Amino acid sequence: MSRRKSDEAYEKTFAFKFFRWLSGEKDPYLDVVEMKPQKETHLSERMARKYEMEKNQMVRQVYDLRRNKYVHLFEKTYKLAAILFCILLAILLLYTVSYLPATGEANKAVNNEVSQRYIESGLQETGAVNIVTGMILDYRAFDTFGESNVLFVATVTVLILLHINKKNMHGKKQADEDDRKYEPKNDPILQIGATILVPVIILFGIYIILNGHLSPGGGFSGGAVIGAGLILYLNAFGFEKTEKLFSEKTQKWVSFGALTTYCLAKSYSFFTGANHLESHIPLGTPGHILSSGLILLLNICVGMVVACTMYTFYVMFRKGDF
Amino acid sequence: MHIFQILLLLFLVVCAIAVSFTRNLLNAILVYMSFSLVMSVLWVCLESPDLAITEAAVGAGITSLLFFATLKKIHAIEVEKEKGEKEEAADEQA
Repeated sequence: MSRRKSDEAYEKTFAFKFFRWLSGEKDPYLDVVEMKPQKETHLSERMARKYEMEKNQMVRQVYDLRRNKYVHLFEKTYKLAAILFCILLAILLLYTVSYLPATGEANKAVNNEVSQRYIESGLQETGAVNIVTGMILDYRAFDTFGESNVLFVATVTVLILLHINKKNMHGKKQADEDDRKYEPKNDPILQIGATILVPVIILFGIYIILNGHLSPGGGFSGGAVIGAGLILYLNAFGFEKTEKLFSEKTQKWVSFGALTTYCLAKSYSFFTGANHLESHIPLGTPGHILSSGLILLLNICVGMVVACTMYTFYVMFRKGDF
Repeated sequence: MHIFQILLLLFLVVCAIAVSFTRNLLNAILVYMSFSLVMSVLWVCLESPDLAITEAAVGAGITSLLFFATLKKIHAIEVEKEKGEKEEAADEQA
């Protein structure tokens, strides 16, 4: 049962206020907020002329019908061409997919003898208990060399793009580019956390690299872990401490040395393998830390390149200099 | 174990959709980090620990760090101090 309220009672309800606000009869800010009359703008002679010119130009552009027609046509053709291109690309890709072997076919590329060979005789031929590392750093070592070089090229590109020449910059501009002022200076939580964690992280990274041929992991993951540890140390203690440890020279020589060692070591084994010569590198007993020929050395090289790359990326992003 | 994997996969789908719908860039990176971490757990379930270590170190660790550094450089993450300064400036203008 509902009864009609009297007008006075109705005016006190929320619904009345809400609908009045909705229909815009009363401005809720009126009489509540202090209103100031707008300041009159005073245009200087030059600014006035500039505005006049801009206005004239706009008018001319709006009423230039030939150009507008051309722009309109171009926009339509552009959209149409984009749609056509997408459809063509989809058709091309689907056409290519139709040439792929069907699922479960016996003579599919996946079912060839290579993977069989890796699994069956990988341990005897490479001496690595971890077959993945044996594959990456022995059978397919050339691929991994290419990957390390890609990382090196990426570092060089970042250096070209983000490196700042400090001699040409002074004062405020340098301070703007330099990210140091954002550092949490002497943040106790971060520093104590880093003191406990950084040695463990870096040791774990070294373990992953050195044990790459025995347990999961290898150069790439270990290097990334070490790089992350270095970055944590840098964030906790600032650039002054890491600059002593890691400078531009270090980066240059570690990357160069690791890549050259990798190249020479693998060239030797490729040379002997291609000419049916006996390789003088013993494979050792599988399961021992000093085993599986060159893999340990190659792992260390890849790990050093990756750690350097990660750290350099971060430092370049932060302040553009070592 | 099977149900566990399905749960993780569902979480991945939710993360992937959430990243594209997050308006806050900082939150997007955090969701991306959790995506990588769950992915690394999934790699362990799929018996490829090599990939799991790499995913955890690169995907969850270094990539996100680089994202953070970049966002700070382009001032997408506002530092609290700067905010305070801006408010002061606004007060002065008023």
